[in-house]
Amino acid sequence: MNEASPIIRIDNVTKRFGQSVVAVSEVGLEIREGEFFALLGPSGCGKTTLLRMLAGFEIPTEGEIYIDGQPMTGVQPNRRPVNMVFQSYAVFPHMTVFDNVAYGMKVTGVAGPEMRERVEEALELVQLAGFGDRKPDQLSGGQRQRVALARALVKRPKVLLLDEPLSALDAKLREAMQMELVRLQHTVGITFVVVTHDQSEALSMADRIAVMDRGAVKQVAPPADLYEFPNSRFVADFIGRMNLFEGKVVNANPDRLTLAVDGIGTIEVPGPPGTAMDSVGVAVRPEKTRISGLHPGNGQIAIEGVVEAIAYQGNESHIVLDLGDGARIAATLQNSSRTTTPVAAIGDRLWASWAAADTLILSD
Amino acid sequence: MSTTSAGLESRRRTKAGIGPLDYSRRLWIRLVLIGTFLFLYAPIVTLIAFSFNDSRRNIVWRGFTMKYYEKALNNDGLIEAFVNSLTIAFVSTIVSVILGAMVAILLWRFRFPGQAPYEGTVMLPIVIPEICMGVAMLAFFARIGWPAGLPWPLNLGSIIIAHISFSFPFVAVVVRARLAGFNRELEEAARDLGASQWQTFRDVMIPYMRPGLVAGGLLAFTLSLDDFVITFFTSGPDTVTFPVKVYSMVRFSVTPEVNAASTVLIIVTVLLTAIALWLQNRTQPKDM
Repeated sequence: MNEASPIIRIDNVTKRFGQSVVAVSEVGLEIREGEFFALLGPSGCGKTTLLRMLAGFEIPTEGEIYIDGQPMTGVQPNRRPVNMVFQSYAVFPHMTVFDNVAYGMKVTGVAGPEMRERVEEALELVQLAGFGDRKPDQLSGGQRQRVALARALVKRPKVLLLDEPLSALDAKLREAMQMELVRLQHTVGITFVVVTHDQSEALSMADRIAVMDRGAVKQVAPPADLYEFPNSRFVADFIGRMNLFEGKVVNANPDRLTLAVDGIGTIEVPGPPGTAMDSVGVAVRPEKTRISGLHPGNGQIAIEGVVEAIAYQGNESHIVLDLGDGARIAATLQNSSRTTTPVAAIGDRLWASWAAADTLILSD
Repeated sequence: MSTTSAGLESRRRTKAGIGPLDYSRRLWIRLVLIGTFLFLYAPIVTLIAFSFNDSRRNIVWRGFTMKYYEKALNNDGLIEAFVNSLTIAFVSTIVSVILGAMVAILLWRFRFPGQAPYEGTVMLPIVIPEICMGVAMLAFFARIGWPAGLPWPLNLGSIIIAHISFSFPFVAVVVRARLAGFNRELEEAARDLGASQWQTFRDVMIPYMRPGLVAGGLLAFTLSLDDFVITFFTSGPDTVTFPVKVYSMVRFSVTPEVNAASTVLIIVTVLLTAIALWLQNRTQPKDM
């Protein structure tokens, strides 16, 4: 894998529908060869439009898309070195599984034993060997998706595009298919670009994720960076759960920030040097928040509140403390032993605390 | 306690022995079934039965004979009319299916100014009274001076054109309805896999439309085959179709020969429909 060569370069692409609707706004992205890349965002954020522009079904209003170094303006979908797995799978209902997978080669003139061999190979890759004679209406949803995958992969594209590949599957199958897609991507070594609205799906599968909101890319980062170092309130809130407070920077030293936070008070955190804006978001993840009966001591940011709700979820419990003035903080506790006893009851006065280094300062 | 409930149980069973879904066991439903069936088929059965009647006047049964079939087969005028009708039906069906499918795709696929009025006017021949269409066709062909006396089958041109004009909207309606359920991603998938627009149309759109094309084609065929009014107005002096011929024969007397010819026509249409449906079922997968 060559880190330096992007297989896809999206250069300042904007897509407008009509006069007023901006679906994608000035997006610049580079997707590396051999990467598992996810476009993540809520519905209507423009991620599917962006994917469709890569496939050639939509044409950018402004900007240029390069695939494998070639500008794609004016290149029809059937001439692009990419293939797509559609959300509905779009398996041709009147063809057998074999004919579905063979179709892409048939129309481009690959025939005879080579075609047969490649189809068999692709079906084996998606664990559908022996299903060639079946019609799509004899397959389950998961099997149809495998047909769609085989049909795209058999073309040996430079990039495989997947539009919400797992949204139509039930929970168990979805989890298995996540693993399957990652395994498949490692086997074939093709760049995967997957569109999803499910953050856990993106986190568990992708090498890098671009988070989109209202047509713009908010952040591009590997999953762990995205989770631990979100750069905006939107990303922090969209990826995982977050306790978010509003605050003001009171004093900015080179490596420490003093903040006045609504509902908490004045706190001091290690901050990025030179951050001196007025209003910031101050955030901490629930699983990094601890609950204790006594003040946890120095080095911790601590705040007292009343237990408002306890939600038992089997593997973990969520506790919500009411901090007064409408402010709340949530903490996640692992039920790491069968005998873990509940630490709190509703109405108890407890301390929520976290390490100063776990505080996120969000300027956007 | 237990005896009463058992007694209730058995009484319920004997009294309401017909379950909620046992429709075929209810008397009134049977009566409706038999009634509608008689209403539909009694005239046709009579027609076929009397084609074997050994009587010129064909009012009372006089015994079985095949001679009127023989007579019908040897009636050159009748055979010519029959061949004309089939030719017209075949040609107008093929053109109607192509034209109707094109209109359906146009209306389904594209948005253009004046689409609603266009759709309305294209579908208008479905509701225009046949007699008006007939008169309009007559006036039209007279005005443009459509050549008469051409050799067969060119002499059927005006009738074929008239038949196409009233049958292709039916094809368009049927195909349009079929297309409404089309998943556009199928088309995109074919393009994505390397197919040109034409290949996509041939390999994905047409197989999907096929049930609509077959149904529309059957409609167009039967409409053309038994059309009397419009044909009567557009046929020249030297072109006769089967319904027009039958009409002229009946004006003298209802002979078993007419019955025999009609029976053959019924058998031909039923056979063709059966073949078309069989072809469709054989090639068409269940929808997804």
